[in-house]
Amino acid sequence: MNYEPIIGLEVHIELETKSKMFCSCSAGYFNAKPNTHTCPVCLGLPGAMPVANKKAIEYAQKFGIALGCDLRLKSKFDRKNYFYPDLAKGFQISQYELPFSHKGAIEITVDGKVKRIGITRAHLEEDTGKLTHAQIKGKKVTLIDFNRSGVPLLEIVSEPDMKSALEAKAYAQKLQQIARYLKVSSADMEEGSMRIEPNVSLRRVSKSQRAKVSKLPDYKVELKNINSFRFAQKAINFEIERQSKLLDKGEKVSQETRGWNEKENKTVSQRSKEEAHDYRYFPEPDLPPLSFTSSRKAEITMTIPELPDEKFERFKKQYKLSQVDAQILTADQKIADFFEEANKAYRKKDPKKVANWITGELLRRLNEQGKSISEIELLPASLAELLYLIDKGDITQNQAKEVFEQMIRIGKGAQLVIKTLGVQQMTQLDLQKLVNKIIAQNNKAVDDFKVGKVASLGFLIGQIQREAKGQADANLAKNLLLEKLKK
Amino acid sequence: MINTQKLTIQEASKLIAEKKISAVEITQSFLERAKKLNAKLNSFITICSDEALKQAKKIDELISDNQRLSPLAGIPIAVKDLFSTKGIKTTAGSKVLENYVPAYSATVVKKLLDENVICIGKTNLDAWGHGSSGENSDFGPTKNPYDLERVPGGSSSGSGAAVAAGQCLAATGTDTGSSVRLPAAFCNLVGLKPTYGLVSRSGVIAMASSLDSIGHLTKTVYDNALVLNTTAGKDFFDSTTQEKKVGDYTKNINRGVKNLKIGLPKEYFGNLDKDIKEKTLAAVKVLEKLGAKIEEVSLPHTKYGVATYYIIQPSEVSSNLARYDGIRFGFGRENFGEEAKRRIILGTYTLSAGYYDAYYLKAMKVRRLIKEDFEKAHKKVDVIICPTSPTLPFKIGEKSDDPLKMYLSDIFVVNQNLAGVPSLNVPCGFIDNLSKSSGVGLPVGMQIVGPHFSEELLYQVGYAYEQETKFYERRPEL
Amino acid sequence: MPKAKIDIEHVAKLAVLKLSAEQQRKLEKQLTEILSYIGQLEEVNTKNIEPIGQITGLENVTRDDQSAPSLSQETALKNAPRFYNGYFEVDAVFTENSPE
Repeated sequence: MNYEPIIGLEVHIELETKSKMFCSCSAGYFNAKPNTHTCPVCLGLPGAMPVANKKAIEYAQKFGIALGCDLRLKSKFDRKNYFYPDLAKGFQISQYELPFSHKGAIEITVDGKVKRIGITRAHLEEDTGKLTHAQIKGKKVTLIDFNRSGVPLLEIVSEPDMKSALEAKAYAQKLQQIARYLKVSSADMEEGSMRIEPNVSLRRVSKSQRAKVSKLPDYKVELKNINSFRFAQKAINFEIERQSKLLDKGEKVSQETRGWNEKENKTVSQRSKEEAHDYRYFPEPDLPPLSFTSSRKAEITMTIPELPDEKFERFKKQYKLSQVDAQILTADQKIADFFEEANKAYRKKDPKKVANWITGELLRRLNEQGKSISEIELLPASLAELLYLIDKGDITQNQAKEVFEQMIRIGKGAQLVIKTLGVQQMTQLDLQKLVNKIIAQNNKAVDDFKVGKVASLGFLIGQIQREAKGQADANLAKNLLLEKLKK
Repeated sequence: MINTQKLTIQEASKLIAEKKISAVEITQSFLERAKKLNAKLNSFITICSDEALKQAKKIDELISDNQRLSPLAGIPIAVKDLFSTKGIKTTAGSKVLENYVPAYSATVVKKLLDENVICIGKTNLDAWGHGSSGENSDFGPTKNPYDLERVPGGSSSGSGAAVAAGQCLAATGTDTGSSVRLPAAFCNLVGLKPTYGLVSRSGVIAMASSLDSIGHLTKTVYDNALVLNTTAGKDFFDSTTQEKKVGDYTKNINRGVKNLKIGLPKEYFGNLDKDIKEKTLAAVKVLEKLGAKIEEVSLPHTKYGVATYYIIQPSEVSSNLARYDGIRFGFGRENFGEEAKRRIILGTYTLSAGYYDAYYLKAMKVRRLIKEDFEKAHKKVDVIICPTSPTLPFKIGEKSDDPLKMYLSDIFVVNQNLAGVPSLNVPCGFIDNLSKSSGVGLPVGMQIVGPHFSEELLYQVGYAYEQETKFYERRPEL
Repeated sequence: MPKAKIDIEHVAKLAVLKLSAEQQRKLEKQLTEILSYIGQLEEVNTKNIEPIGQITGLENVTRDDQSAPSLSQETALKNAPRFYNGYFEVDAVFTENSPE
């Protein structure tokens, strides 16, 4: 029996607004002391009422459009009622019936193949507080911090179009990339500003049948407690295997929620299937409904920057870059911008060279120094200047690499770093003088070379380099030496 | 000596402005009265002596400084214990919040305090607003000053009793399906249920969010209009409020009713106490004499009001009371009283899976029809007049064992909340109290109902009638 | 309208209310009566009637994305029966039961 995985993803993205979704508490709660970012509204005090954040709504709609969704002209908030200690009001204000966006799709690329993943809906809701478990004086307790309560969340639900863990990962990464391109969220799995919940089921596919003929499975398993793309992959793969084994044995797979257990590398059942939740949704009476004009979509679309896919295609075409280069350069919008700025400043018009310096040197150094592009003060024009100095012959390629590392580290321009390091390429005249000097000082080696000992050439070049303190261009040194030795 | 029973805000305001009495004097008189009668009436849960005197002293300083103050400066008012008052215990009439002290004040409270009112205390109520009699308080029932064996009406029971007994000059209330108008009718007071969204609900403990209306009770129509000047207005913290207030509700209050068209909805004059019917129709006759034109109108969906209300309200109640889990404040959910539990269970059921369409959704559709009834009627007439209660104030304990019976007595008052329209209860007479050999009798009230945001008109009609009859002069014998 | 038979135990669980057997029995009787009364809404023709949203027709109420000072930690915890190191404290709950 063959099985085809049917995978969907529910992704929550924390929107980076100044204030929370329904109150004016600062939404920048990361690392703040517990319960210092609360007010009657997000703490659920008696009598407190929500007031919707205009910017969060804009961001949600912007994201929806970037995901190719239809924007609803009429929308509203609904109450999702359930009890849990991290839910201050005993209900979450969310959207059930009329989410801001629906019916979209994005493209992912896995193993060189492009695939379309449908997006069912994208809606706005408020985040809950955070729970931590502790033991105090021998008693097991749960501690609650409501700083996060009320922060705006965008929930994006995909169609169950993914067929493998790799596809799910690619989809999640694409969403992350779009979030960052739109500048609506840091979408960081580790910081918790992006959370993913895959749902996995298997469909029987016999070898002779075509996949689309068989029915969709009558169950799905939701996976939680996944805080990295890597774990998402592992969890999905584990699930696919676990479910295959059950089905092979002729058993049914229970519809349930399972948590990923990092330590034991497996998913563990979290809830019995009987506890299906009855959220008793009804329209939020404290928030008037929202209506938008048809020009709203056009207005918002104008605020959307060039998205990753578009940029990727354009980079390939406009700069004649390879698939790989274009992908690396467009993965992070800031790197892409840096590339374009540097390329513009570099008069010679050699995008391939600029690209190489970025993919080869810049990204590598950033990695080594543990920094991101936004954390350094290096200007794109400075890279252009450096390349120009190489072209001019003021420094060698190798020297330039050293200089570049310093430029990244201290954020200063090429000229200054060169002066500071005392890096300079030797002029041809000086190099000629040095070659003569080395020849004069190493008669034995010269004689050895003249009788055919090739290694002696290497020795002489080495001497030149040592003396020159790396300021001699290797090729030029070699040529001048050979010329002189031939005489 | 200040006659706390007879004094009105209008009079007190003048006396204070003319420096004939000080804020401290008037505060002391009302505090004394409040304390003296509280054991009998159980109208207050908390009396704020220290804070009140402190406020009064501050106001006297401003007055002696010749500062120009609002007409409400130095006026002793009471606040229903459903309104959050910063630093002052707010219980909602329930054991669940017996020890809860809010970190913030309701917008309406802030607005009144900004006008320098004196807060005498927090009044008793049916817990969470659940009730029309005042018998559902976890802190004991409130008594009607006109007959201590009878209910004062609810849920703003303490507010009604306090104003009627002269313990304060005005009291705030909430009206979700009766709760300002019934106590007003049972206690010979003017009670306003404003248009939904005219007065901010921020900081008022929510009962049913799409129905709660923030009102107040006073002795006279003028007093009532004066208070609305302060409480009305759009609030940043309440997204359901609108800037529709009139600059000064007292300005044209004596316009009179000449040529005003008054509608009598036939559905409200069928099943009710015959004495009440008589008093109401007599009142209408007075208005006719003053120049109004009377005609019959129909509000065909009236009879579905109670059913519609008792789906929508408990549904929203069940959700609004979910935050009371004893974690961040208050005590646990086992402390909810019987009526609260009943409504939570009913509301949870009507919202639950498989039932939402049949109940809540259906009710919201019928609600539209009820609203349209009023709109259609208001195209034909300027205001509608109808009785407030089908019965006289009943004896404590008489109805409380049968919840459905209790709910049905809301028949004349719930439709206005469903439609969101404003309704003003004005006293329209007294009926002999058969259980007392002598005495003032039992009050009867009637509602003046108008289209959305027509409070100014309601006051004009009420004022014209009130000045002809002056029922507010008949104080309870306490 | 559905037949008015209410599973009080199940609803009480949803509402996190503890009821004694006696209370359950009493409630079932009362609520059955009330639901029966409410059933009369069935006779109202609501075909093609939209459910009412905001009763005054208000729409589009939002605020600008500005932040304002929050309550102090002390104030936030002031009414809490149990707290620890700036956190609200409750008996341990297990994530297994989280609805979210």
